[in-house]
Amino acid sequence: MKKKKLLIGIGLFALILTSGLIWASDHADAPSVKGKSDDITDLYVFQSPTNPNNLVFIGNVQGLLSPALTANASFDPNTLIEFKINSTGGLVEDHVIQCVYNNGKMYIYGPAAPITTGATSTIVGNASLIIPVTSYTANAPTVVTSTSGISGFAGPRDDPFFFDLNQFHAITGGTATSFNNPGKDSFAGTNVMSVVLEIPKSLLPNVPKLNVWMQTKQHM
Amino acid sequence: MKKKLFITLLGISLLGLGLDSCKKNINGPAGDPNTGEVFGIQGDQVGRPGIATVFVAAADKDAFNQTQPSAMSAAFQSKFQTQLQAYNGGNYTTNILGLDAPTFTGVLSSDVLNVSTTGTTTYYDGKNVLTGRNLTDNVIDISLTLIFGGPNGTANPGLTSDHVPANDKPFLTSFPYEAAPW
Repeated sequence: MKKKKLLIGIGLFALILTSGLIWASDHADAPSVKGKSDDITDLYVFQSPTNPNNLVFIGNVQGLLSPALTANASFDPNTLIEFKINSTGGLVEDHVIQCVYNNGKMYIYGPAAPITTGATSTIVGNASLIIPVTSYTANAPTVVTSTSGISGFAGPRDDPFFFDLNQFHAITGGTATSFNNPGKDSFAGTNVMSVVLEIPKSLLPNVPKLNVWMQTKQHM
Repeated sequence: MKKKLFITLLGISLLGLGLDSCKKNINGPAGDPNTGEVFGIQGDQVGRPGIATVFVAAADKDAFNQTQPSAMSAAFQSKFQTQLQAYNGGNYTTNILGLDAPTFTGVLSSDVLNVSTTGTTTYYDGKNVLTGRNLTDNVIDISLTLIFGGPNGTANPGLTSDHVPANDKPFLTSFPYEAAPW
């Protein structure tokens, strides 16, 4: 058996993963979301490089869009994209930021205390920001800023994730024992649909550490 | 007769307009189409990058997405630990953060992104650990090193980096930071 030639660790690694999993951040990770508008690719949260008083939240969906697919891609009005925040421990959200697409615009709600938590999300209050979605062919991204200081963008972007996924498949498939040097980014040339929000820290819980996660849900 | 017909038609068209406005207002003040709307069919879920796809078995993936973070560790820590040991042929002891298998998988199995509101935000930069995730963080190399690299990060040298150090396009220095699409 070919796998006898590999380290035992790699052999077991390959056995576990030859069911066809791909390690691609979260791209197309689960059967029920694969290929759909609620498939999350990545979550990023970082201090704004232009203003340390702001946090940037990036939520990306619909991965592996080629340029051709991107030209026809859009957000789904039946899909809620939600950033959940826990500031007190226990990991139940005490603040949410909700993103709902409707007729060419991405409506942003919060940051606010959730009305419902967990498996059900209820849109809180009126929109804090309404972002016209940037089209694929636009020359520049459309950016809007609310009076409360929240900036927003919604539309297609180059997928910021980078990984030699193909070589990873070779390793788990038993045809390679290591990564190549240099590697080749399997996500080069692909796009995602992205929501980018820059939020004043003063609008977020006033604690040194936040726990953040991202969920998508379909309309009931 | 014509006047009655006119009034009737006018009434019907006004009613139609009213109904249309009603639908738009049904969930809140005029102009907001989404206030109060309920979304209850779980889709996808992400905290830290790659956790589900590395540690969650195919058969559990939909269940993992349906599990709220507050319940995740109880449901998945043990499975994550089994998976971590399997990756290392049963020989995982610790990693560069000094985390043993139960502690490491305890952290990972509550799949949330830890974010600092007071300082540098990064997945790991050699000094700051799990204080956020920025666009340039090489989360793959970080994760591979934590899983395969052993106590010093030097074990399994062929597996601790994919040698793809950066994105295919440079990021922007100003909002929205992500590069324009291909």
